[in-house]
Amino acid sequence: MEVIRPADIQEAAAALAENPGAVPLAGGTDLMVEVNFGHIRPSAVITLRRVEEIQELSRRRIGAGVTFRDLETGDHRALAQLARTIGSPQIRAAGTIGGNIGTASPAGDSLPFLAGLDARIELRSAARGARLVPWDEFFIGVKQTSKRPDELITAVLLPEDLPDRQEFAKIGQRSAMVISIVAACVFRWRGGRTRVALGSVGPTPIRCRRAEDMISNERNPGESALDEFARIVSEEVRPITDHRGTEDYRRHSSGVLARRLLERCLAS
Amino acid sequence: MRIHAEVNGEAREFETKGSESLLFVLADQLGLPGAKGACEQGECGSCSVMLDGRLVCSCLVMAVDVDGSEIVTVEGLGRSGLHPVQKALVDSGAVQCGFCTPGFVVAAAALLDENPVPSSDEIREALSGNICRCTGYGAILRGLDSLAGNR
Repeated sequence: MEVIRPADIQEAAAALAENPGAVPLAGGTDLMVEVNFGHIRPSAVITLRRVEEIQELSRRRIGAGVTFRDLETGDHRALAQLARTIGSPQIRAAGTIGGNIGTASPAGDSLPFLAGLDARIELRSAARGARLVPWDEFFIGVKQTSKRPDELITAVLLPEDLPDRQEFAKIGQRSAMVISIVAACVFRWRGGRTRVALGSVGPTPIRCRRAEDMISNERNPGESALDEFARIVSEEVRPITDHRGTEDYRRHSSGVLARRLLERCLAS
Repeated sequence: MRIHAEVNGEAREFETKGSESLLFVLADQLGLPGAKGACEQGECGSCSVMLDGRLVCSCLVMAVDVDGSEIVTVEGLGRSGLHPVQKALVDSGAVQCGFCTPGFVVAAAALLDENPVPSSDEIREALSGNICRCTGYGAILRGLDSLAGNR
């Protein structure tokens, strides 16, 4: 196995272009499971843990190499909440947001956050430089993205107009080391604009746009509006039945969770 | 590939064959069998070590990636007598089969480095990545609670 240790992101992108089969290695928490079980035998790895450009963290730009441990104490409440529920302290100390995005698991816990905020993913290649891809063009299927083979994920960009309130919660069998059965993010702006995104209830993160339109017009939603909001969320998600939960359970919990998070956003 | 790292305060070097984990190298090449391999997917925490000051699962660290890093294993914690965490676990009778114990010791020591007086809830959260298949959590938590002065 060849090991390439780029000093910066440009070198990393050049190395990927020259070694098409090379596997980018950051936290290793997804990759090494595949390696340990013999599912992957990389011919080359490009180590990214010490590439500084992807460690940058500011209010609107999150470097791909930022670990969930560092996001646990960040500016964005929902991102900090979700970071704290990922894996265990050991996993959070190593696992990065770029890795979560690149793996593109339907249960990737950072994905609803990105979807709800209309985040863009920054990709870089040696041939074409950097490009920004909206989340809904990036996540295209179960563990499938529109990232090209010669591209590295370098950052997540958040919009200028960030919400006034944001909440995340997920459902799993215990409070650590679980793969989400349902994960949800709700964002609310003063004035009413609301965004709802869920994970583990479709092949990619799901935005509930009808529920958003309905509740965004309610300045002070009462019980019946909240019930209606939950009902529409349950309709809009696209879950499957698997060993973690049934379609019915996921539909029901999606509505319950979204409503609960919206109520938290509305509480003063 | 030749890898150089500081392991338990000493400069060590080893040869990697391919994409094997740090866990494998610790036991197989460095004579440090304290970190235990069980799930090899980051679920159980038995292979916990400190890598550059952070608690990680050594099964999920590719050995080639630790060149120039500092690693502390359970062997590095108890070099001048028992580490306070080890003493606390002995005193509370927290060892049944003992397989998970090194991982719990490293995880608890990492917690105390950052937070010398953790609450019971903070201890539980910090140990949430470590599994004891004997289900001996009660004695482990009692030992660490008394070490942290929670009673």
